[in-house]
Amino acid sequence: MNWITDWALPKIKGLIGTSREVPDNLWHKCPACEQMIFHRDLERNLHVCPSCGHHMRLSAQGRIKATLDEGWSRIELPKAPADPLRFRDQRRYSERLKDAQTKTAMDDAVVVAQGAIEGRKVVVAAFEFSFLGGSMGAGVGEALVTAAKLAVLQDAPLIVFTASGGARMQEGTISLMQMPRTVIATRLVKEAGLPFIVVLCDPTTGGVTASFAMLGDIQIAEPGALIGFAGARVIEQTVREKLPEGFQRAEYLLEHGILDMVVKRHEMRATLGRLISLLREKLPPEPAEPAPELVALPAPEPAEATEPAKPA
Amino acid sequence: MRHFLEFEKPIAELEGKIEELRRTTDAGGIDVAEEVGKLRDKAETLLRQTYAKLSPWQKTLVARHPERPKAMDYVRALVAEFMPLAGDRAFADDAAVVAGLGRFRGHAVAVLGTEKGRDTESRVQHNFGMARPEGYRKARRVMELAGRFGLPILSFVDTAGAFPGIEAEARGQAEAIARSIEAGLEAPVPFVATIIGEGGSGGAIALAAADRILMLEHAVYSVISPEGCASILWRDAAQAPTAAEALRMTAEDLRKLALVDAVVPEPLGGAHRDPAAMMAAVGDKVWSVLEPLLALDGATLRARRREKFLEMGRAGVV
Ligand SMILES: [Zn+2]
Repeated sequence: MNWITDWALPKIKGLIGTSREVPDNLWHKCPACEQMIFHRDLERNLHVCPSCGHHMRLSAQGRIKATLDEGWSRIELPKAPADPLRFRDQRRYSERLKDAQTKTAMDDAVVVAQGAIEGRKVVVAAFEFSFLGGSMGAGVGEALVTAAKLAVLQDAPLIVFTASGGARMQEGTISLMQMPRTVIATRLVKEAGLPFIVVLCDPTTGGVTASFAMLGDIQIAEPGALIGFAGARVIEQTVREKLPEGFQRAEYLLEHGILDMVVKRHEMRATLGRLISLLREKLPPEPAEPAPELVALPAPEPAEATEPAKPA
Repeated sequence: MRHFLEFEKPIAELEGKIEELRRTTDAGGIDVAEEVGKLRDKAETLLRQTYAKLSPWQKTLVARHPERPKAMDYVRALVAEFMPLAGDRAFADDAAVVAGLGRFRGHAVAVLGTEKGRDTESRVQHNFGMARPEGYRKARRVMELAGRFGLPILSFVDTAGAFPGIEAEARGQAEAIARSIEAGLEAPVPFVATIIGEGGSGGAIALAAADRILMLEHAVYSVISPEGCASILWRDAAQAPTAAEALRMTAEDLRKLALVDAVVPEPLGGAHRDPAAMMAAVGDKVWSVLEPLLALDGATLRARRREKFLEMGRAGVV
């Protein structure tokens, strides 16, 4: 890489228009501000647009790397029965599954790792959205149950980074049963007196939100993440109303009391570290260093500035 | 006037003929008893044949039949001294979820159901059985109440799913469902769920994280409706019958997959042809699975319930 590819190409591309093909693995266009970003810059910036701050999707592996101290290890997961229904739509589910496995080098949509955040041990489960939309079937359920059991065994908090379209339809009612199964996983962690922290990433919807992902001791989301139960299109068709601005976005959920905080990706690791310390260390660890300034995003201001309500 | 489904048309025609002949007789015409008897046999044979090999899509239609007994019908038929309970104690009462206390075979129980309603007015009142967060929060509250007083929980599930609405999302639909599932799993009392019609996705499991899950013969239970699945995976809602097949959502399939514990046979021609017999059969089955659970303590029930769900769909996991 040199300055020509790094800086000049977007400008050249701007001059010659979009007709020329640019390898999409080198340059990424920010979906929010349309700025072209060189892939290494994007990676270095944790897939947050350097010009507008838009949080793009990050791989499961990328999340774990960005969260844990060096020296973490990936956990081997039990293999769930693949394609229990022998499901076939326009393609065989077994083929879709194989493709996803080849593309991501994962068995299913969740990676589980053990490691530490600023020296405090944790177990992390991260969803890979590019694996069949991060959908939850038996494999994902198995991963979360395993992560929970591991957390209990390690006496470590469990952090789950979600990114999922919901249940994996191709596993039918078995995928629906992952909802109670993952709820049980949260109970195992909580009963052991360990924090269960959920970080909702873009997008998290359907059966994933309606199970373990809404049961965190602490509920965090990334800025702008789409989070909800029903899909926007289904809602629009049902209520025949225009959806409000920012509907089902992280800030909307924060405003409606569904989240504790919205945290930028760059502050996520430090936020998680601080939370775990506060939940688990009654006194600060020695020596007490001055804590870095760290603020979660406040709830958006109401549209109209209002006077503080007077007591009745 | 009976409501006939599209695939029941030949049966409807035969029954129409029988009715016509009987009217002729009543009007003092020629005695056609023999003819009527023959037609009756024919209609019954046809009904038996049709219902013996219903496709998953046809079962979906039967499960949604407007005359099929609804949750409150079961409550009225099976639960004595019923006292309805209302409200989530925070925002509203959601009539899509019915809840209350009563006696089942003498035992005080807590009852939950998703109620679709029977006529236009009651359907609107119950929001067609599609609950909002308040409904699931009411369910959770009543499950916790049941736990505190040692009352077994009976649920009757019949819903297309949770209501997809703007306010429902704003008030935490996902969280409400998650907590309702959790309340079911945590309840230190016996919990028997019966899928009486449509078991629609999260809205159904919210009231069915139970010790024993029963399903009526022609009920369906699925992660998504066949129409929804077809429009996503086939990009064509008209492929719903194909999707219904692929989803394996019938009682028979789910019994084979060990996701439900028992299937309650329906009267000939479906529950709507003989609601009283259907409800009596459900009562007997619920009692037969509930009675052995009454002897177990809360901790054992909870532990076994967890084990049951953790093992679901796991055959062959290494
Ligand atoms: Zn941007």
